[in-house]
Amino acid sequence: MSSHEGVDHDVPLLELRGVRAAYGRIEVLHGVDLAVPEGAVVALLGPNGAGKTTTLNVCAGLMEPTQGSVYLAGRRINGAAPDQLARLGVCTIPEGRGVFPNLTVRENLSMMTFSGRSLPEVEAVAYERFPRLAERRSQLAGTMSGGEQQMLAMARGLATDPALLLLDELSMGLAPLIVEELYAIVAQIAATGVSILVVEQFARTVLGVADYAAIMASGRIVQVGTPADLEAELSSAYLGG
Amino acid sequence: MLAVLAQTGAGALENFLTFTVFGVVLASVYFIAASGLVVTYTTTGIFNFAHGAVGMLGAFAYWQLHVRWELPALLSALIVLGVLAPLFGFVLERVMRGLEGVSTVTKVVVSIGLLFALIKLAPIIWDPKGSYSVPAFFGTDKVDIFGAGVTYHQLITIGVAAVVALALRWILFGTRAGVSMRAVVDNRSLAQLTGTRPARVSMMSWSLGSMLAALSGILIAERLGLEATALTFLVVNAYAAAVVGRLSSLTLTALGAVILGLAQAYTQGYLQENPSWMPENWSLLAIRGVIPVLMLFAALLLMPNAPLRTQGIQRSREIVGRPTWRLAAIGSVVLVAITAVVALVVSDADVLTIGMGLCFAIVMLSLVPLTGYGGQISLAQMTFAGFGAYAVATWFDGSVLGIVAAILLAGAVGAIVALPALRLSGIYLALATLAFAFFTEKFIFNQRALFPTTAKPVRRLELPFVDLSSDRTYLVFLAVMFVLAGLLVVWLRLSPFGRRLQAMKDSPAACATLGMNLTRTKLQVFALSAGIAGFGGALMAGLQRAADTNQFTALQNLPILLMAVVGGLTMVSGALAGGLFLASFTLVPRWIPDFDVLGTTSRALVEDLFALLPGLLGITLGRNPNGAVAQIGAALRERKERAALDPAERTSRLPVDPVADLESAGVDRPFTDEDVELLDRVLAIDEAEVAAGVTA
Repeated sequence: MSSHEGVDHDVPLLELRGVRAAYGRIEVLHGVDLAVPEGAVVALLGPNGAGKTTTLNVCAGLMEPTQGSVYLAGRRINGAAPDQLARLGVCTIPEGRGVFPNLTVRENLSMMTFSGRSLPEVEAVAYERFPRLAERRSQLAGTMSGGEQQMLAMARGLATDPALLLLDELSMGLAPLIVEELYAIVAQIAATGVSILVVEQFARTVLGVADYAAIMASGRIVQVGTPADLEAELSSAYLGG
Repeated sequence: MLAVLAQTGAGALENFLTFTVFGVVLASVYFIAASGLVVTYTTTGIFNFAHGAVGMLGAFAYWQLHVRWELPALLSALIVLGVLAPLFGFVLERVMRGLEGVSTVTKVVVSIGLLFALIKLAPIIWDPKGSYSVPAFFGTDKVDIFGAGVTYHQLITIGVAAVVALALRWILFGTRAGVSMRAVVDNRSLAQLTGTRPARVSMMSWSLGSMLAALSGILIAERLGLEATALTFLVVNAYAAAVVGRLSSLTLTALGAVILGLAQAYTQGYLQENPSWMPENWSLLAIRGVIPVLMLFAALLLMPNAPLRTQGIQRSREIVGRPTWRLAAIGSVVLVAITAVVALVVSDADVLTIGMGLCFAIVMLSLVPLTGYGGQISLAQMTFAGFGAYAVATWFDGSVLGIVAAILLAGAVGAIVALPALRLSGIYLALATLAFAFFTEKFIFNQRALFPTTAKPVRRLELPFVDLSSDRTYLVFLAVMFVLAGLLVVWLRLSPFGRRLQAMKDSPAACATLGMNLTRTKLQVFALSAGIAGFGGALMAGLQRAADTNQFTALQNLPILLMAVVGGLTMVSGALAGGLFLASFTLVPRWIPDFDVLGTTSRALVEDLFALLPGLLGITLGRNPNGAVAQIGAALRERKERAALDPAERTSRLPVDPVADLESAGVDRPFTDEDVELLDRVLAIDEAEVAAGVTA
């Protein structure tokens, strides 16, 4: 673990151990072990149905594991409510658009004030990075384009000073240019020392940002390594090889 | 009161002003009530049918404090609004918790259960024989505004409405708490991810809603007096205003309230005599009482089409099992046999009650194809049954044709109601059918031309080989009729039509893309369902030898839906169970030995308790969308399955993966150095290990 510079690996910020999770009677995670070292960007890759989003939901507190443990900075957080975790500094941006469609942009931003920043401060941070949002401040978020909505969602990652950012399928349904722009922001957030776990089905862009990558298939982590190590292996994982 | 004003008022202008003031006051009360409804709906996604009942309880509580215990008016109002109503909001939140994401039917049933329970609760606490009048604020003092006398109470009412409007606007749009309330509706889990505690937010909005309901109840009680049902349904009138606001816009809700209040005031003021153009024994005067429901219906018709859901299928916990002919045949024989035995042993009064239960069961059966299979809600089945009862009472004097006429009339009425309501779904359809039920009760069934007396005599059916004049024979006949209707429903489920219904419920969008005509299917199932209900109504009228309009009031629709859902809407046996449950609430208290207890009699006590039961069961068991019968069946099946399993496998129903990971050893213990090592290994960029991990 010592080969990667600038990353402190002593206590992982987020750690999953033997996590099993089920939807009703159908188990979809069969013992997931994964760690996000402090300050690192970990990409969780894998084909459709591998259990990536479920893993992320478990980390965010949206699902409780049926077995195994989730640790946040060494504290076991099984069963913690998502809002508790949010207050502890876990910022989750769910699949699709993490915005409230029937609230205006400004009201969406006001929902980000729970972490202690005032609305003007949140607005300043958001508008500085995404000037387009400033133009649309009194527009309903649901009426904006997909890219703009994702920017608004990402603003939460910037404005709430999280310790851990959980990103799910950032690229879904967006044009490649916008995806690149969004990942530039991910890199920017990562540079401030935030640990990030990012789930992606399409790997190329995210591998440019990640320190480590894990490949998931059929509810398990099948491989962990640096992006360079994994790039070669990726196609076999996707093709079920 | 207005009638008196109209007769003694000096001039037309003064009358007009007086009516207008009255209209504005009514509008104010409607706005306060409707805004509470809108607040809870927009923030919890639940249309609270019990909102009116909360207002009613608020008014009673105010009376208790102010009149009975002689506290000052302001203090009493403050206690009700500041303490009791918010507390009740907490209770509501507990009752409604866990309803997000369930089907609309379940939400409707829980809040209707609450409505029904509260309506029955009030007379238990406050004896309906007592007289309850609430004095106006500042008595009858008046100020003169443009020649019209306006009481201080009226002025206060108008002022309070204005304050409520401004305050709500500020709370919902100007405060973080208000934005959170709206955010939770938009996306509950996302709201949690932004640190919002949904339970706390729901609690706030339920408290706010209860306060507004109670406020409207207190303000109107002065005029209306305290009577549980009337007061409850007065607030229900406010639904019309809320629907004008599409249950979301407070501004449009205010507009709706003003139109509603004025329309009601002017019709009450100016429509004093039955117009001469009305045919004999028809009266237009009754229309004064149904202005709000007419407006509700009109507002619903003007709603834009609801877009078909395209995002995936509706998640639902409902499981509709396919019935089998074998089971249906066994059930039919058993039901008729048991009924025959019961008919021989029970008392005369019990025969009638059990017979009523079977009639209720047939009416509930009409909900199986409509709601259970098709996913459409109706709160007017008992009203359709009323049309059936009217038909047998009016035509073909005891002939089978009378029953046929009942089915056809009810079916036709069902189709007529369905036509405009077809575009609606979910909560709006429930409201539209409830509006129709009220309209029928207050306007149609009130016409002397149709029902010269409230109970119109009916000649019991005459069949060639069986004499149905004995109640006991008729009871067995009812069981046979239930079986016939039940078999029809089973056949329906197994037919292509049943498949279409099920598909329509699962995904209207998918059906539309498959070229299915949703409108025609809905129309057919509505007419069919109303026809079955009419059949039940006709048999009920035959049982009692009278078509009694009191049995087909709008309120009677509520226990029917509640108990049908408790029994299980997706199965014929569920409808039977629901009907018999409902009858048992009359039956069981009769069997209780009568003695004095707690200042009343044991029987009265049990009767009170049983009156609450449909509501309470709706709140609790109504949550299970599959109903009691299905639940019992599932539990039995599970037992059987588990018994058949190898004892070693009984502990867990989850598929257990045979390969346990080494890494999962560290579960549930503090973090140690070995774990770090383990972690290092997991995250290690050691080529050999990684390769080993993949091949393993």
